Amino acid sequence: MQKATETINIRVKRYLPENEPRNFYQKYEVKYFPKMFVLDALNYVRDRLDGTLAYRWSCRMGVCGSCGALVNGIPRLTCATPLSALGKGVTIEPLHNFPIIKDLVVDLGDFMEKLGRIKPWIIRERDRVIEEGEYEQKPAELELYSQFSACINCMLCYAACPVYAGDVDFIGPAASALGYRYNLDSRDEGAEKRLEVLTEGAGIFDCTFVGECSVVCPKSVDPALAIQRLKIDSALTSLKSILKREKS
Amino acid sequence: MTERYSYDVVIVGGGAAGLRAAIAAASHSDKLSVAVISKVYPMRSHTVSAEGGTASVLKEYDSFELHASDTIKGGDYLADQDAVEAFVKEAPSEIIQLEHWGCPWSREPDGKLAVRAFGGMSVKRTVFAADKTGFHMLHTLFQHSLRYPNIIRLDEWFVSSLIMEDGMVKGLVALDLRTRELAFIASRAVIMATGGAGRIFQFTTNAVIKTGDGMAMAYRAGAPLKDMEFIQFHPTALPGSGILITEASRGEGGYLINKDQERFLKRYTPEKMELGPRDILSRALITEIREGRGYEGPFGSYVLLDLRHLGEELIDRKLPFVRELARNYAGIDPVHEPIPVRPAVHYTMGGIHTDVLGRTPVAGLYACGEAACVSINGANRLGSNSLSECLVFGRAAGVDAATFALSKKGQGEIEDSNLLNPVGEYLRIDEEKIYGLLKREGGGERLSDLRSHLQSIMDTNVGIFRDSSGLQEARRQIRELRTGLQRAAIDDKGTVYNTEVIEAFELGFMLDVADAIAYSALIREESRGAHYRTDFPKRDDKNFLFHQLSYYSPGGPVIKHLSVSITKWQPAERKY
Ligand SMILES: Cc1cc2nc3c(=O)[nH]c(=O)nc-3n(C[C@H](O)[C@H](O)[C@H](O)COP(=O)(O)OP(=O)(O)OC[C@H]3O[C@@H](n4cnc5c(N)ncnc54)[C@H](O)[C@@H]3O)c2cc1C
Ligand code: SF4
Ligand code: FES
Repeated sequence: MQKATETINIRVKRYLPENEPRNFYQKYEVKYFPKMFVLDALNYVRDRLDGTLAYRWSCRMGVCGSCGALVNGIPRLTCATPLSALGKGVTIEPLHNFPIIKDLVVDLGDFMEKLGRIKPWIIRERDRVIEEGEYEQKPAELELYSQFSACINCMLCYAACPVYAGDVDFIGPAASALGYRYNLDSRDEGAEKRLEVLTEGAGIFDCTFVGECSVVCPKSVDPALAIQRLKIDSALTSLKSILKREKS
Repeated sequence: MTERYSYDVVIVGGGAAGLRAAIAAASHSDKLSVAVISKVYPMRSHTVSAEGGTASVLKEYDSFELHASDTIKGGDYLADQDAVEAFVKEAPSEIIQLEHWGCPWSREPDGKLAVRAFGGMSVKRTVFAADKTGFHMLHTLFQHSLRYPNIIRLDEWFVSSLIMEDGMVKGLVALDLRTRELAFIASRAVIMATGGAGRIFQFTTNAVIKTGDGMAMAYRAGAPLKDMEFIQFHPTALPGSGILITEASRGEGGYLINKDQERFLKRYTPEKMELGPRDILSRALITEIREGRGYEGPFGSYVLLDLRHLGEELIDRKLPFVRELARNYAGIDPVHEPIPVRPAVHYTMGGIHTDVLGRTPVAGLYACGEAACVSINGANRLGSNSLSECLVFGRAAGVDAATFALSKKGQGEIEDSNLLNPVGEYLRIDEEKIYGLLKREGGGERLSDLRSHLQSIMDTNVGIFRDSSGLQEARRQIRELRTGLQRAAIDDKGTVYNTEVIEAFELGFMLDVADAIAYSALIREESRGAHYRTDFPKRDDKNFLFHQLSYYSPGGPVIKHLSVSITKWQPAERKY
């Protein structure tokens, strides 16, 4: 292992529900090694200095989506943010717009409910049986939705979204992108059902196209684009049904 | 008051194996309540990190016979051949099933599923979703599971013990991370799908949650662990972090190069070169390094994985994640520079002993996925067989557990009887563990010190090259660590999201599993597959062609032998 040569200070926003005061900032001095990530600094604190600090992590390779936090005010994956990219001060806070459970651990219950609501599965009149083999899907058809299937549910986009900040009922970026992913899938026939869910209540039309979600997304999902396209699809669908009604 | 819940089938684990089992059980009968308990949200499970692909016979040029013989030879003839035959036959249906559920598998130009080459597979048969196969499989399974109203999830709940009565599983004890409260969860059948135990070692590709919990709980409950000595090292991980660079990078044509700019595998696996099996390749890499043909870096010695000749277009299309990982975590763009790599602990071939239906010898207890050992992997798993294994045996376990639970359902409600005993007893033991930790004031050992001590013992003594004295030393130190754990103190005395309490339980599990590994390795006085003894460097079929079952006893594992099922393929020398 590399020898630590110097130290750096990190500042973590604490929230301890059973303490008085519950909210405070705490400074920690952490041994620094080159190629260190924000997550390594948190792990150093927990292992060496303060086991009460709570945060989520698992894969440490930017794919499980557990470790989102605000790093110097910006929603980021702590395991994919090198300290060297941050300049002198490092402040780590929980993601905005979610109820906090403890320290950096936020409540994802709302998103998990929305995820189920948009029906993220293949919907068909008739499902194939295994013996019929695979649905053929050309590389170009796969390419169509592939970017929108790359979401790791890290919630950075919700933390960046001003609409969600004002109204937690807003369906939000990642859930919309996932709905759009299935709507674009050549195997799926459920687009209309999903559009219904995505537009009812505080649905996609509440999005004011700020685009912050796509800026912070670590996986280039571009949820803002998904929402814009969904709005068009939804407008076209209602237009079609109006035309149909007028004809009959 | 202790909370009490009851379900017909409880699945511990929300990775590929657990979710596949849950869907199978839930769709078997909508009258069954099926609970998935996971210490992380299911889509965070370690399956998400799997990169390269999942093997199955789908192309005309391939055959079950060939997939089976590759797997058996790859496993150095320790796999149960009847189980392997059942596995290869079921795997294609499972891949198609996932396709129907929406998995974004990569495609051939005509729209059919694409396949790639993988180590030890004699033809291209590894289906993939770019190089994020596990990610896409896990999200597909998770999203599909949301369709079933009879699947109930307990996300961020930690299971600490199985509850046994008269040799049967009655349920389990679990802790809600939000409240630190222990609950009694009654169940007719329990499926352990808790994944592997790679984090027992320091230098590993595994996520931090892979601590062998389910193996240890089943072991303590009386189910034997099988073939624990077989730990797979993956030849290509990034020095320092251990982050995996998938074998698919060699499947697509990457080279391994030493300091003399030589494709050194010509001396080890001349026919297969970079596509030899992982056990042989990992030993070859370490041999190169030991003989001075490695590079030296800040995180130790390494060799190079060169992908430059594949070109940017192919790398971006088929290995985009490799490029992202190498850039982010090694500061290297594989389009222009070779990637430094060295072997790291990757996979636990051993696990909870089951049959092809996922049944353990304990009534009502099932296991599947990396936590289980059926065994199809023998002494060395072939890359890309594991994800298929999670699907095939996840489904099998789900169906059988559901059938078992249905048959019991006829016999009335899940009994409330004996709530105090033994349930009360089990709860009390785990509660005391927690209170012991909470009331111990400073001065005790830090959990992180104990854990890293264990990890370094395992790396040093139970690694790629093993011998008797090292293994004995490992066992001695594991015993000391047990005493250390009893004296451990934690900082966090709170109830909400107390992760130190969880870590203490995990460390207890890790120590049990580590000892079973070290002891099984010590008494297997031969070299086979991933288990290499410098003091017994040859395979010895005469004396060691059997599985080793470890049974729990307070003094350490008790080993029994189980013969290997051999159908068509007689043990032969392995050449690649
Ligand atoms: C980096 C990497 C890449 C890989 N790539 C490939 C590949 O390309 N192809 C291939 O075939 N294999 C691959 N493997 C192996 C494969 O990914 C794993 O073997 C497989 O995903 C294991 O799945 P699982 O469902 O058994 O367990 P996991 O996905 O590990 O899930 C375990 C589950 O159990 C839960 N759990 C554990 N303990 C508890 C507890 N005490 N209480 C509650 N819940 C608990 C966890 O929360 C989790 O949900 C790879 C492995 C690694 C490390
Ligand atoms: S869309 Fe991007 S930012 Fe939002 S949850 Fe998915 S991966 Fe994270
Ligand atoms: S720890 Fe998995 S994304 Fe950061």
